[in-house]
Amino acid sequence: MIVVGAGEVGSSIAASLCQSHEVVVVDIDPDRVSELTYELDVLAIEGDGGDRSTLVEAGIADTDLVIASTDDDETNIVTCGTADTLGDAFVICRVKDTQYLDTWRSAEGAFGIDFMVCTVLLTAESIVRLIGLPAAQDVDTFAGGAVRMAQFEVPADSPVADQTVAEADRWDSLTFAAIVRDEEFVIPDGDTCIRADDEVIVIGSPDCVREFAADLSPSSAGPDDIVIVGGSEVGFQTARLLEERGFRPRLIERDPDRARQLAEDLPKTTVMESDATDRSFLEREHVGDADVVVTALDNDEKNLLASLLAKRLGAQRTVSLTETGAYVELFEEVGVDVAVNPRETVAEEITRFTREQRAENVAIIEDDRAEVLELTVAGDSSLAGRPIRESVPDLPAGTVIGAITRDGSLVTPRGETVIEVGDHVVLFVNTEDIDAVAAKV
Amino acid sequence: MRRVRVDWRTSASILGTVLKLLAIPVAAMGLLAVGYREPVVPFLVPFVVTLAVGLSLERFERGDPGPREAFLLVASAWLAVALVGTLPFVLAGNGTLADPVNALFESMSGITTTGATVIDDFAVHGRAVLMWRQVLQWLGGLGILVLAVGLLSELSMSGAQLMETETRTQDVTKLTPRIEGTARLLGGLYVGLTALMVFVLLALRAAGVAPEMDLYNAVAHALTTVATAGFSPEAESVGAFSPVVQWVVVAFMFVGATNFVVLYHLSRGDTTRLRDSEEFRVYLGVVLGAVVVVGTMLFLDGEYPLGEELLRATVFQVTSIVTTTGYATVDFDLWSAGPRHVLFLGMFVGGMAGSTTCSIKTLRWLVVGKTFRRDLFTAVHPQAIRPVRLSGRAIDEGTVRDVYTYTLVSVVIFGLLTVFVVVDAARAGVEVTEFGAMGAAASTFLNIGPAFGFAGPYGSYEPFPDSTKLVMVAMMWVGRIEIFPVLTLLTRSFWRS
Repeated sequence: MIVVGAGEVGSSIAASLCQSHEVVVVDIDPDRVSELTYELDVLAIEGDGGDRSTLVEAGIADTDLVIASTDDDETNIVTCGTADTLGDAFVICRVKDTQYLDTWRSAEGAFGIDFMVCTVLLTAESIVRLIGLPAAQDVDTFAGGAVRMAQFEVPADSPVADQTVAEADRWDSLTFAAIVRDEEFVIPDGDTCIRADDEVIVIGSPDCVREFAADLSPSSAGPDDIVIVGGSEVGFQTARLLEERGFRPRLIERDPDRARQLAEDLPKTTVMESDATDRSFLEREHVGDADVVVTALDNDEKNLLASLLAKRLGAQRTVSLTETGAYVELFEEVGVDVAVNPRETVAEEITRFTREQRAENVAIIEDDRAEVLELTVAGDSSLAGRPIRESVPDLPAGTVIGAITRDGSLVTPRGETVIEVGDHVVLFVNTEDIDAVAAKV
Repeated sequence: MRRVRVDWRTSASILGTVLKLLAIPVAAMGLLAVGYREPVVPFLVPFVVTLAVGLSLERFERGDPGPREAFLLVASAWLAVALVGTLPFVLAGNGTLADPVNALFESMSGITTTGATVIDDFAVHGRAVLMWRQVLQWLGGLGILVLAVGLLSELSMSGAQLMETETRTQDVTKLTPRIEGTARLLGGLYVGLTALMVFVLLALRAAGVAPEMDLYNAVAHALTTVATAGFSPEAESVGAFSPVVQWVVVAFMFVGATNFVVLYHLSRGDTTRLRDSEEFRVYLGVVLGAVVVVGTMLFLDGEYPLGEELLRATVFQVTSIVTTTGYATVDFDLWSAGPRHVLFLGMFVGGMAGSTTCSIKTLRWLVVGKTFRRDLFTAVHPQAIRPVRLSGRAIDEGTVRDVYTYTLVSVVIFGLLTVFVVVDAARAGVEVTEFGAMGAAASTFLNIGPAFGFAGPYGSYEPFPDSTKLVMVAMMWVGRIEIFPVLTLLTRSFWRS
């Protein structure tokens, strides 16, 4: 496979896939190319992705997959078009601008692109998922929306704190897939005790996950008052998606023309024209009463400042955009509840997509140390026709069956549940065991 | 020496074409006069005059008309047609219309689709002359429709620009790429609706439920209903006809004041435009609300017993006033103060933009109301940016300002005209009440027709002094073509620089 553009996204994808694929990375910056050669087990080539000779040199003729992931939309689209003419690889394109996504969606295969991921939209979607589940740090959906996976931090005042998993198992169709404690995975059995500050990964029906989220931290019921700071494209798309889900967010934008434009495009959003760091404005508009404050300004420092200011004024929860991947942890360290990095989000989506050849859907947990994936049970599967109690020992240690969907409806997996051929199972798997698990199922 | 910068030759040349075409309906009336064995001269003279003036004006060099030329053309066209329209009345020389001022008033009231009359005795006038009033109104309705969709939207004027915004909301900036094509489509719809009404009225007669409705009356009333104009050759207006005819007239008045772009889509079976139109809901709401209020008041007054007669009297008068038609089936001037004042307020509403209706129009009131609500919100949240939306689409602040200006100017002109009517009547020794003066001022400037007192639905504007009538003529002219084309002619910057 060929990855064009070795920025944060490109290198991240290359790093995730270089173990299972032969990866060729193309970048226009010679320093970056030499750096990458040493860093990763990939072949790095210097050149322009839109240039025919570069792609030929990279071996376009017998490549299965081309990923265009530079920071420039037009470059990516041209690269994809060129790759499409030169070979018959599957072509994935990363764009920022939603209008290209619209074009591509309206005519599948436009620009010679087989799959297009839109950074802005993906980021907005992940922010909206986070807002929808208070206290969640990561949310993904499986089996066409019937199953949801979420990762939560357990607060000290939570009813499940200091309970064993067996005691905490009060939500009908919810399975505790894993607990992250001090950066380590703990695979829970009935006797495992959940402690405050643990992170729990649960898999179950969306309703149950929502209920669980509400019960987990009683103080933060479903969000009502959402404030978006910054009318960037991500801010705009977030507001638009929230409107679609029936929320009436508030949006703060500094530039008068942009504010007017946003107000016209977002009928259910209250757009305000002000500087988000103007404390008296924030107080006058009671931004401190907000359930969630999303900062989507064009600059990381401003985002941090605005988040902290909102938090100081009393906002329940802050979700902040960070352009720099390295800042994610730092942000969360100093008080931002969740930091979202668009590049990480898009890299995850592309990696997930390339792995989907085996699994139908994948969520990557804790920097790719584990995955939640959805598989269809084949006829010769070692799971088929047996109760889970008997089949689980055959799977690698640390594998958890989180949910089963049969004919589109959810079956909660318990020891005595018998899995049938054709069922979709959602599994929590350590990354190194994926191939073994896939083979068994 | 400072030069005139308006290319008046172009305006004059197009005006020539208009006057030339006016010869056709004049000739038709001449033939009608022959048919009824009435004098032909009253139509022969204007035929020759309009044709001669038209042909000679048309010879001016015609350039590409810009906004200024269009303003000049619109203002002069309405005035010129009114002047030609005066000739048959004066030349026929019967009754009050023999007086030139009265004749001009009647003619301007016709071409502006107002419907205010100075006739006190309908019996002395020939049938061709009475039909000429109807034709003038029908032409006025057609003219305003073409103006609304074609010309005014090009000039980005208040109201017209809004109309454009409203239609853009509905994804039909223009029904066809060329304005001419759009105007033709809507003109065709207007003609079609008129023909349909003639057909319906004649069918009612054939069915035996409308014995008084002969071909002459069917055509005469169809010409002034879809035009929301209101002249009738009958002294009792539509009250001279059976209840079923009155209901049919209500329906066509209502349709005539509905946006023709919406009607066009409706005629092709597409109801989404109608359902999406916020303005239509307001228009319908105003009519229904006024019906409920007026109906309740009339019932409590004991004016009519509970039943069809009460409903019909209420619905007819309310629809007639709100759509700015001006027909009547009863003398609403005899009603008590409550219903009369509700009707007075109804005069200021008008139907939908993009129709033949006059007055301020529901679209403007909708924008005014929404903007006011927005301003209440921004008073509390000064930094909030909240665009005013019409049918879901944001309208720009310039348009909002234009709407406010138009509405304010309308109300101011109404106020000034009222005072003038009162003072002038006092000077001339004519007894006019304050309410009568307000009604007459609103009814002429907003192009409705009947007012209260001696100018009521079965009365006449004849008793007003000539000076008042001439000012009213000017105000009907100004009001019909949306104020601005006339007022800009009065500015220095229009002519120079």
